[in-house]
Amino acid sequence: MSVQIFGDQATEERAENARMSAFVGAIAVGDLVKSTLGPKGMDKLLQSSTNTDSALITNDGATILKSIPFDNPAAKVLVNISKVQDDEVGDGTTSVTVLSAELLREAEKLIDEKKIHPQTIIEGYRIARNVALEALDKAATNNGSKPELFKQDLLNIARTTLSSKILSQDKELFSTLAVDAILRLKGSTNLNNIQIIKKIGGKLSDSYLDEGFILEKKFGINQPKRIEKAKILIANTSMDTDKVKIFGAKFKVNSSSKLAELEKAEKLKMKTKVDKIGKFGINVFINRQLIYDYPEQLFTDAKINSIEHADFDGIERLALVTGGEVVSTFDTPEKVKLGYCDLIEEVLIGEDTFIKFSGVAAGEACTIVLRGSSDQVLDEAERSLHDALSVLSQTTRETRTVLGGGCSEMIMAKAVDQCAANETGKKSIAIESYSKALKQLPTILADNAGFDSSELVTKLRAAIYNGLTTSGLNLNSGTVDDMKELGIVESYKLKRAVVSSATEAAEVLLRVDNIIRAKPRTADRNH
Amino acid sequence: MAAQQVPDLSNAIVAQDEMGRPFIIVRDQGKKQRKHGIEATKSHILAARSVASIVKTSLGPRGLDKILISQDGDITITNDGATILTQMDLDNEIAKLLVELSRSQDDEIGDGTTGVVVIAGALLDQALELIEKGIHPIKIANGFDEACKIAVQHLDSIADNIDISTESTDSNLLKAARTSLGSKIVSKAHEHFSQMAVDAVLAVADFERKDVDFELIKMEKKVGGSIDDSSLIRGVLLDKDFSHPQMPKIVKDCKIAILTCPFEPPKPKTKHKLDISTVEEFKVLQEYEQKKFQEMIDLVKASGANVVACQWGFDDEANHLLLANGLNAIRWIGGSELELLAIATNGRIVPRFEDLTPEKLGRAGSIRELEFGTTRDRMLVIEDCSNTKAVTCFIRGSNEMIAAEGIRALHDSVCVVRNLVRDSRVVYGGGAAELTASLAVSEAADKQKGIDQYAFRAFSAALDTIPMTLAENSGLDPIETLSALKAKQIIEKSSHLGVDCLGKGTNDMKELFVIDPLIGKKQQLLLATQLTRMILKINDVIISGKDEY
Repeated sequence: MSVQIFGDQATEERAENARMSAFVGAIAVGDLVKSTLGPKGMDKLLQSSTNTDSALITNDGATILKSIPFDNPAAKVLVNISKVQDDEVGDGTTSVTVLSAELLREAEKLIDEKKIHPQTIIEGYRIARNVALEALDKAATNNGSKPELFKQDLLNIARTTLSSKILSQDKELFSTLAVDAILRLKGSTNLNNIQIIKKIGGKLSDSYLDEGFILEKKFGINQPKRIEKAKILIANTSMDTDKVKIFGAKFKVNSSSKLAELEKAEKLKMKTKVDKIGKFGINVFINRQLIYDYPEQLFTDAKINSIEHADFDGIERLALVTGGEVVSTFDTPEKVKLGYCDLIEEVLIGEDTFIKFSGVAAGEACTIVLRGSSDQVLDEAERSLHDALSVLSQTTRETRTVLGGGCSEMIMAKAVDQCAANETGKKSIAIESYSKALKQLPTILADNAGFDSSELVTKLRAAIYNGLTTSGLNLNSGTVDDMKELGIVESYKLKRAVVSSATEAAEVLLRVDNIIRAKPRTADRNH
Repeated sequence: MAAQQVPDLSNAIVAQDEMGRPFIIVRDQGKKQRKHGIEATKSHILAARSVASIVKTSLGPRGLDKILISQDGDITITNDGATILTQMDLDNEIAKLLVELSRSQDDEIGDGTTGVVVIAGALLDQALELIEKGIHPIKIANGFDEACKIAVQHLDSIADNIDISTESTDSNLLKAARTSLGSKIVSKAHEHFSQMAVDAVLAVADFERKDVDFELIKMEKKVGGSIDDSSLIRGVLLDKDFSHPQMPKIVKDCKIAILTCPFEPPKPKTKHKLDISTVEEFKVLQEYEQKKFQEMIDLVKASGANVVACQWGFDDEANHLLLANGLNAIRWIGGSELELLAIATNGRIVPRFEDLTPEKLGRAGSIRELEFGTTRDRMLVIEDCSNTKAVTCFIRGSNEMIAAEGIRALHDSVCVVRNLVRDSRVVYGGGAAELTASLAVSEAADKQKGIDQYAFRAFSAALDTIPMTLAENSGLDPIETLSALKAKQIIEKSSHLGVDCLGKGTNDMKELFVIDPLIGKKQQLLLATQLTRMILKINDVIISGKDEY
């Protein structure tokens, strides 16, 4: 006799079944993104079911996973870690998913064939993780104190990151672009200060980093299109109807003449505001909010160029670029810091006019203009560039670097293998599996590039084991080469995050022995 | 054969369809169900058993986790008994009682929520056998109550009073926190988390009253980083940033004005209407408005504050004035956070600008902005507050689920530490306490006259389930382990021998320092026995049919 304790349609999966569905889900996700890994990885075309016109072409792991609705809980966990990796480091989203899927694949074998308790596997994985991270730590080099070498490192990292993306054709151009942009930030990791403008038309290689700053706005009507030696006031104030904000205030008049008077008073109020602004001795006024026609006209009369409705990001960037202060009250001109730049002019990019600020004072923000032949290309280029920028900005914080091309994975695998040999008990089998999973990453890299992975990876292993600790896979020629010479460098923080998050996720899923699913909420009105 | 059922017209309603034609709806008697007698009791016990069997595998340091998928497809991964049970989509009434049980253990003690359900399940299991032998449920329940008394007395007598002094670096509190974390996902960052839990409790504990105010311990999570990156912040963490992007990111020696009034022109609460009919009035109003802002700022300045924390928003102009006057400001702080901030900085919450005085300001050593990864998220850390009694546990984790589970785990261990501060008596874990209680009860069983003997033995057998489950979850042979341990406890007359879950090579829990607060264990037994009694007493269930039109 059994008693139904769950609500109807609630399901429960136990022990082997639960574990199976967790593993299968995770491995499926891993396999899905596997083919996008590495410089020779392929892209995915994602089509939305509701809007069949929009297509998304990408090889960014996080973007792919974000766009697919999964039902499997394990798959959701993996999607989540790839998203977090994206937020935290910006790149390596595919690697983290693939590594944790591989870890689970190995774990599944251990549970099925060798009947090892999941907790024992976790213990082994933890030991292995620590060993791997230690090895990674040792393999890392730090050029943070030598600016010249560090810049070279950054360039290499950018090149490595971009080589697996759509921008790989022009990676030289884009890596310099990205590094220049990052160095301008002077250590800040706020990528919002780098504006990316996408414009259809032209080739990807026509993209450029603008020395100054480009704002997607226009000057007011009848104002000169070019201003030299601009003194800029950046404001956030209402320039539409400067209403009295006291609650409940309301006009009540009994004749139209009075109304006219009041209107005049209102106008006068606006005029005094503009006059006050004029006292700053500026020739450009940029407001976050709208500027109505009347004040705009007043500005034109006062020979001040006005730009309205520069959104929040724009204002903040401008403040950073020109060194000005964002102002909302105008009574104390002497206290306020104005922005300055040599030249402001309207420029044409593609078919649209923009306002370009050049010769700026502070220059902590910049603009990258991307050109490309289609929306998809531009979107993907933006994503790739964003990845590269994120990694670079994080590298300016954590300046250590490691070698790519499967080199660091193999070094970690080697350390883990050695640790397995010294460990007694069942744990050591799990540690061995961990190293196998690590070796899967270079294997997949080779496979994706169309080389004989078993041969290439064993060669790489031999090289690393023989002490050539800078060897890695050269996926252009299909040989084992010195990664240091090729300049294939990755951020240490990225690799570290990949290994530790992948292990953490695998651990979470390994610990599961029961999946209880509540009845899905139905869309019907009675609920 | 089947006679056509005559509808019960007393329940009929007349309704109309969309065309206006009348029709009659007869409310059925529903699906009224009735179970009674032994049948009902048995079905309850089986339900309880199924629930217990779900959480059973989460018990102990080697216990496994469950994935719970909510109605909307959100995932929770946990091995906390109370969380598992509350998130399951249960329909059975008895199962819901068990949920309540685990929740009340959670509310009262905060830990041992899985254990209590397992014990209750085991007690009911044993009761079923006795019922089948023909013993009346109430008699069983009475017997259990007596047995429980003996078990609790025994636990009292064997409890050790440990030293909870805070001086030593590896104090007993730390060890206890470690035990409670053993079964959680954070066991990777074991040391770190137990230290966090102990530090948090010690920071807010009031040793004279032996009380710990949980309100002062706040838990915040932020996805990203690793579990190891979690930290205890001696101060307050606000999920906010400074109101103006150009305000300095770090403020030292802060004097904080904590306001609940907006930086906006005043809004009287009584309903009013302000009519402007002349130009003069309009101008006066304008000036008034201008002056008002300046006044507000002046008042804040006059009080000597350099940071403004406000529950409401700022007007753009006010915001700039704040910046221009070198006042850092934080806006839109939630009510409870504002209170916490006030407690932490010893400040007073001020409802009007006029009431600001220097002594009402909160004081803190520093306020700084934290940035995270590549996203725009920022948080404010307020540290070195004048009142050290407010702490924030900041949990990081590589994904949503881990961070959430990290909070639950930390909460549990904070509870354990608190319980020790309240009552420093402990018993030993790893099933040792249950084993010795079981031995005590079975010894007492022989002295009972009458039927209670059976109930006593059953109770003792139920207690054995805990060490057995622990052994099973750790991959040991449950029966072998149990019998070996029992024998050893009797021979060595030692109450601290338990299951060696982690393969450390010894069964002496005192040596391994696997301890549980006495009150927690006692509570488990009492609650489980009480629930068993309640379930055994039910002999009739009437489920009224759900209304279905």
